[in-house]
Amino acid sequence: MRMCDFVVRESISTELGANTKEGVIREMIENLRQAGYFKGNDSEDVVKEVLRRETLGSTGIGRGVAIPHTKHAGVDRLVGTVALSRKGVAFDSVDGEPVFIFILLISPKERPGDHLRALENVSRHLRDDSFVRSLRQAVTRDSVWGLLDDQEHRS
Amino acid sequence: MRVAMPGNTLRRSITIVNPQGLHMRPITAFVEVAAKFKSRVSLCKQNETPIDGKSPLGLLGLAAEEGAVLELEVDGPDAEQALCALSEILEKPSFDD
Repeated sequence: MRMCDFVVRESISTELGANTKEGVIREMIENLRQAGYFKGNDSEDVVKEVLRRETLGSTGIGRGVAIPHTKHAGVDRLVGTVALSRKGVAFDSVDGEPVFIFILLISPKERPGDHLRALENVSRHLRDDSFVRSLRQAVTRDSVWGLLDDQEHRS
Repeated sequence: MRVAMPGNTLRRSITIVNPQGLHMRPITAFVEVAAKFKSRVSLCKQNETPIDGKSPLGLLGLAAEEGAVLELEVDGPDAEQALCALSEILEKPSFDD
């Protein structure tokens, strides 16, 4: 599985407006909705589910990164989006530091293997310091996509 | 289940029984508990490179599905307590998510 396989290019944001946990999650899911995902009230339901998951324990896993996620029947395959915050957002991360890079994942129900492989793929990218540094500095959607694509070629 | 004890190093093989696999909730729970101990903690799939058990990003790389066998190793002054507490997390059949 490649990150480019599940990240929706048109939904990538390099300039998050939100500065709260709920705001970031809403904005990222709205970006996916505008890219053509989720029908009817599904997007609001996905927001609620991702927020509910955060109440069980933050997905801010340190090093300025968070991977908010949920499983939802509104998708028939794994979809993801990437968003960057310039100022950083308090996210109750394990290391107490603000988050600058958000990778949101929505998986179909009953496909735990795909979800685990996506987490493996995302974590592999994020363990690469030069990738994280370049991603934080990216200013356009195309440059983020270029980094994801370049990383696939190197991995 | 297997326990060996050369010096202060303890090891245990654990089979993941959670149908969702070792996803982010058990991993963050594992890291939170591991951080409370002085012992060095590592986790890996059989015959693979050990991963720092106090690194959530590292552990997410395991992608351990139901049925995967993981090798837990702890090394330090509180190894016995750490092995016990960390095994309990890995052996849980479910986590809310």
